[in-house]
Amino acid sequence: MSDTQSHYTSPTFAAAAPEKLPGRTFRDIPPVRWARENLFNTWYNTALTLVIAYFIARFAIGLISWGLVNAVWDVPGTDTRACREIVGIGACWALIGEKFRFIMFGTYPYEEHWRPTVVIFLFLALYGVSAMRRFWNRNLVWIWLAGLTVIGVLMWGGVLGLQFVEQERWGGLPITLILATFGIALAFPLSILLALGRRSDMPAVKVICVTYIELIRGVPLISLLFMASVMFPLFLPEGLTIDKLLRAQVAIILFAAAYLAEVIRGGLQAIPKGQYEAADSLGLSYWQKTGFIVLPQALRLVIPPLVNTFIGLFKDTSLVLIIGIFDLLNSAKTAVNEPAWRGFGLEAYIFVAVIYFVFCFAMSKYSQDLEAELSMHRNR
Amino acid sequence: MMSAEAAARVATGPIIEMRNVNKWYGDFHVLRDVNFTVAQKQKVVVCGPSGSGKSTMIRCINRLEEHQQGEIIVDGVELTNDLKNIEAIRREVGMVFQQFNLFPHLTVLENLTLAPIWVLKQPKKQAEETAMYYLERVQIPEQAHKYPGQLSGGQQQRVAIARSLCMKPKIMLFDEPTSALDPEMIKEVLDVMIELAREGMTMIVVTHEMGFARTVADTVVFMDRGEIVEAAPPHEFFANPRTDRAKLFLSQILGH
Repeated sequence: MSDTQSHYTSPTFAAAAPEKLPGRTFRDIPPVRWARENLFNTWYNTALTLVIAYFIARFAIGLISWGLVNAVWDVPGTDTRACREIVGIGACWALIGEKFRFIMFGTYPYEEHWRPTVVIFLFLALYGVSAMRRFWNRNLVWIWLAGLTVIGVLMWGGVLGLQFVEQERWGGLPITLILATFGIALAFPLSILLALGRRSDMPAVKVICVTYIELIRGVPLISLLFMASVMFPLFLPEGLTIDKLLRAQVAIILFAAAYLAEVIRGGLQAIPKGQYEAADSLGLSYWQKTGFIVLPQALRLVIPPLVNTFIGLFKDTSLVLIIGIFDLLNSAKTAVNEPAWRGFGLEAYIFVAVIYFVFCFAMSKYSQDLEAELSMHRNR
Repeated sequence: MMSAEAAARVATGPIIEMRNVNKWYGDFHVLRDVNFTVAQKQKVVVCGPSGSGKSTMIRCINRLEEHQQGEIIVDGVELTNDLKNIEAIRREVGMVFQQFNLFPHLTVLENLTLAPIWVLKQPKKQAEETAMYYLERVQIPEQAHKYPGQLSGGQQQRVAIARSLCMKPKIMLFDEPTSALDPEMIKEVLDVMIELAREGMTMIVVTHEMGFARTVADTVVFMDRGEIVEAAPPHEFFANPRTDRAKLFLSQILGH
């Protein structure tokens, strides 16, 4: 596809466009005329346009007839015969309706589902507040602490008349949000320290940071998760156990920090030496210089790769399914394990993919806006 | 080597003393036995061909560069690896750079108040008042809330001077302050520096602006290949340079 596309764009835009249509896009001229000048201007462009249009149309028609026209939206109870009859022809969205709660909340007690629901909305509210620049002050820390306390109380319960729910029964979207949120929130400051340490003049600090970053970066996250879930408990004194989710969380934080540290180091390297010298000559201490001059500039430079890593981390939390934690993806996978629904994995995976996409796309969009906003004053 | 007047000031107590200062970048001997004294309120212009070590020398004074041999004493404090001493000296010594080095993510006012608030622990209001005072002095108070990127080079350099002055330094170092400026902006910066000199600031200025040296300097120091070759009052230095190297340099710089 990409190959065909490059064939299609190169003659039109690279060769013909500069002479015929200086800077004109379909925004400036009527679509029909745009199409004639760009898609049907030579015989091979016409041919390519038709071939590509054919494939696009076939794919779109297939998708619509599978996902909408022939889809089954509802079945009586777990009687999935209607779905089985149309396997490969239509989607069985009835699965989502039936398993919605399981996918979203895993094995959390059914009658307590309002609690993880509130938790999800609390997370969304916290993200929303944090995204607004006018809340970027000390109060944000308190807002988060309060929010996370409420989230903890809701998830665990055991106080205020809430039924206690042990961590093993948590599941679904709250798990994914917990892992991603704590992962980003704790890995980020750790990575800043690692990046600064890697550039430190103190040999011991530097060696420790380099070793850490290279070691952690050198192994797959899955192996870290295995170590956290299988090996780590062996080293603990008898009787002492640490929550499986917590162990996975720590593994994710340590892993993400190594990657983020290198991203941030890239930003640090881009800061001109003169900025350090100006800060030094004014008598600022190392931490003042770092906090007021270097990091604000460095971080803003690396917003794109930073968010790239955040998005990667958000999706990487799904790897915890390998050590049996019921995050969103694992819940979806488990939902179709039930005999009645076996074979409808595609629908379940599409559903969670949409959820992942919404979060990742929001992060991406927000970072673009933030970047634009922050770089405004740098231009004349 | 020094005028009687300058010598008299030295007698009142030097504020900067460099004794047998040596520095190497790897094998490159960048400062060779530099001996150099600056009295309070003295204005020194340092000139010399590029690569002669003039910038390195003044950057040793606030420890942006480390010297490897000899001693540098600033306002009675010797520069060693002791961070406390370094920070103390940096509070007393302001520096203006060729590339301005303003903080691009902060407004002009924030550039000026950051160090007074955090290093001198001044209340924000007081720091802002001081900042506005110096912005008036360099004649751009109306730019206080703009970002450095929105200012011209000359304006940026004046902000940089004001930023240093907000720390109430005893000594000001200027490292080729007009070299990165368009010709029409050089004067506005030099005017500010001349004004500052009139008020009795101790200044060491690395520059090729010989007109400025004539007007302001008590002493012109000529450096070549890491050495101080000559140090004399400007009228002596420009009229009768004693060494061939200085003659050559002057003929090159004044020739065009």
